[in-house]
Order: sequence, then C-alpha cells, then structure tokens
Amino acid sequence: MSLRRVGAIVLRQYYLMRTSPTPLVPLFAWAAIDIVLWGFIARYLNDVASGGPNFTMTLLGAVLLWDFFTRVMHGISTAFLEDVWSRNFLNVFATPLTVAEYVAGLVVTSIATSLIGLAVMLVLATGVFGLSFFAYGAAAVPFVLVLFLFGIALGIFASALVLRLGPVSEWLVWPIPALLSPFAAVFYPLTVLPPWMQWIAHLLPPSYVFEGMRAIVAGQAFSWYSLLWGFGIALVQIALAQYAFVRVFRATVRSGLLARYSAESVA
Amino acid sequence: MSTSPAIAAPGAPILSVRDLSKRYAAATAVDGVSFQVQRNEIVGLLGPNGAGKTTTLNMIMGVLEPSSGSIAIEGIDLARERARALARTNFAAVYAPLPGNLTVVQNLTWFGLLYAVDRLRARIEAMLERFDLVRLRDTKCGVLSSGEQTRVCLAKAMLNEPTLLLLDEPTASLDPATAQDLRRTIRAIAAHGSGGILWTSHNMYEVEEVCDRVLFLSRGRILLEGDPRTLPLEHGVDSLEALFIALAREPLRAGAP
Repeated sequence: MSLRRVGAIVLRQYYLMRTSPTPLVPLFAWAAIDIVLWGFIARYLNDVASGGPNFTMTLLGAVLLWDFFTRVMHGISTAFLEDVWSRNFLNVFATPLTVAEYVAGLVVTSIATSLIGLAVMLVLATGVFGLSFFAYGAAAVPFVLVLFLFGIALGIFASALVLRLGPVSEWLVWPIPALLSPFAAVFYPLTVLPPWMQWIAHLLPPSYVFEGMRAIVAGQAFSWYSLLWGFGIALVQIALAQYAFVRVFRATVRSGLLARYSAESVA
Repeated sequence: MSTSPAIAAPGAPILSVRDLSKRYAAATAVDGVSFQVQRNEIVGLLGPNGAGKTTTLNMIMGVLEPSSGSIAIEGIDLARERARALARTNFAAVYAPLPGNLTVVQNLTWFGLLYAVDRLRARIEAMLERFDLVRLRDTKCGVLSSGEQTRVCLAKAMLNEPTLLLLDEPTASLDPATAQDLRRTIRAIAAHGSGGILWTSHNMYEVEEVCDRVLFLSRGRILLEGDPRTLPLEHGVDSLEALFIALAREPLRAGAP
C-alpha cells in the first residue's frame, strides 16, 4: 500500500474543505443542532422528573455517541460521493491507485472530519449542558472506538451500494443511520424490543455500546465481555464491507459500469 | 516522455495489445484486436462512432476488463500488475474533465501524488508553463472554458512523463490555433521522449499531420492499418477522409441483407 496515494485521496478532501466551507457545515451544524435540541429536552426532563434517571447522561450522551457514529459513516460516503458528483472515477481509477488505497484514503478522511464533529459536540454538551464524558469512566474510549469501527463498516458498505446501483442510489445512503437506530436501542433498553428486533440488535455493535452506557449511568454491573463482542462484530463487518466494495468494484470494471458511470443509470 | 529506464528492451513495443475482445450480453464491442505502439510513435485509432475506439482505450486504461486477450505496457501485463503498468501511462479525454470544484494547481497536485511524481512542485510549474495555464493556476477547473479544461487535462496527462500516453479526441474542444499548438507539442513530445502515443480523432487533417501510423477500426475489428499519408492513394481515393467514409460504410453494406 502506498501512503503517498492514500495521502492524495485525503489531500483532495482537505482541498475541498479549504476551498469551500460548504462541506464543513454538516460537521458543525447538524451536530450542534442535535446537541442543543436534546440538551434542552434532557434539562426539561431532569426538572419534571427530579429524583429520576439522569437524562443528561442517558439521552444527551446517547445522542452525542449516535451523532458521532453518523458523522463517521457519512464522512466516508460523502468523500466517496465527491467522485460520483464530479464524475471522476475514470480519472481516479486509471491511475496506479488500488482499491485498498482508495478506501484507506476515505477512512482517514472520515477520521479527521468525525473527530472535528466529536470535538464540537463535546464542547457544547459539556460546556452548555454539563454532560461529563468522564462519568462513563474508562469505557468511554471503547464506546467511541466501537461506534467508530461500525461507522467505517457502514460507510464502506454504503459506498459499495452506490457504486453498484449508480449515482441515483445516493439517496439510500443518508437515511441508513435513522433506519438502524430503532434496532440499535439508542434511547431504550434492548429488553423493550420484540424478540425479532433483539436478534437484529445483537448483530449491531452500537447496541452493546448503548446497553453498556445505560448500565454505567444506572450504577449497574457493566459487561466488558459484551463490549468486546461488539468490537469483534464491528471488525468482522469492516472486513465484510471491504470485501463487498472490492467485489462490486471488480464487477463494475467487468461490466463497463465504472467506465460509463456518469450515465447515471442503474445497471 | 519518461526519462526513467524503460522496462522493455530497446526496440520492444511500448504497448502490446493481443487478440483483445470485449463482449457484452447482446453485443461484441471489440473483437480480437491486436496492435502495437512503438517508441517515439504516434498511432491513430480511427473509426466511426461505436467502432470500439473508446472501449479499447478504456481497457488499456484499466477501467474496463477485457473478455479475452492481453495488454502489456512496457512489457508489464496489465491484468497481473495493474498498478505497476498504470504508473507508466496517463490519458486525456474530453469526457473526463478534472473535478471542477478544485483549482488547477490543486488538481495537478493530488493527481501528481497518485502518480508518485518526483519533484512534484517543479513538475507542476513546468506543466503550467507548457500548457499556458500559469494565470489560471488558482482558478477552479469548473469555471474554465472547455478549451482551458482540455489544457488542464493534458497537463495532468503529462505530469508523470508517461511512456504510454492515451489521448481520446484531445483537440475536440480547442480552437484551430490552440489545436495546432497542441499538435506541435505532442509531436515534439513523441519525437524527443522515449514513449509512444495512442490518439483517437475524427479530424482526418489532424490525423495526417500528427500520426505516424493509423488503425481503422469498425465494428470492433481493425480493417486497415498503415501510413496516413500514403494509405489513401494505395486504396484509390484522394484523401484520408474519403477513405474513412468508404471504410465506415463498408461493413454496413456487408452486413446489410
């Protein structure tokens, strides 16, 4: 793998953000809006249910972590979609760039953009609404790491989906986190879900994170084993997503879809 | 063209295409095409729309997998060593402009990194000078005229000093004066470098001026090959354009009931 070529993919995204502030807006704006909205909701619930659970830690913490996962996933797919929007596949893949280098470049880009988003959310949530991330203890780091890995897996998979189905399928990418959130049990315990939804939840690494988060806030025993299991599932999902991307890429090279991608049709 | 040591032995072809075919479910786009491009040679790939020219170029660029046959660039098999083979090529095509939301220099920089160009800054400055892009260096490519965009694509295509340069109708959107300058530039590159050029064009005057050899492609097959200056007389017509028209209609007549 050539780090220089990976760096080229990252540099292109940096240029885009430096040249135009438009791609930067979602990093700050949506995260900030979510934190402000849920921060006030949590504050209100703490007032009306005094003596009840700490809504700042459960609700606002969950929103912050879920937004972080969404930023990671969208960070990868947005960087990929830049090549769709600018009809640039011919230029990019006629170079010595390998698929692994291309995907690595998207992932590094997403690391940078999602960390910016996380920093903004933490400043707002901590400074304005008093959310202390340290209250989650040592588990805070693996929580973020598991969500980060799952975001990468889903971002790569979503990019493979668009590559296979054509530019018009872009709309499929954006609602994926919203579609998954009921199954990931972001705001409620897994036990409230019907059994079939629980089965799906067990395949989603975020469900282990949010279960663990609620256990810590409630002062209950927290299962590191469960979190490790979620970590393992996320790693497997990254490998599967990368496999899917490579397979789809080869299929588009074979079928001619990559060469005529700008035709904006579903093959 | 490249000053780096060539992989292929002296006299060996820069590009070797053997029995290349591309079949889709309902059609055969390229049907058993074989040809070579030698060092310091400009080969014209001619043919009517849908003849298989761009399909052939796409396979040589590695963005389309052949159904059968092989492609070797400086002796390196494209199917087996894709990255190594593609490091020695580059291309410019009117239908593949560089991203419009980046400036000229930004585009040249990130593509220069993709091609691992040594002394990139100096090379970019040289390309800006050569293709008259200095005053446009910080302009976004999307707001350039089509002729200016073509020059940026050519600057990108020359960044890595490719031993095999692929040009798909490179002068299609240029005014006559700029097109003539470009043809001179490309001829000089071919003459003084150590690589070869594969060029497609519908402008027969241009082909006669630029190409050392032409391949007439129709319905995915090479019908004729030779020197564009002598071929018309050899086939009893007075110009390359007349020969093109005759050959382009021939298969249609042959295929008619």
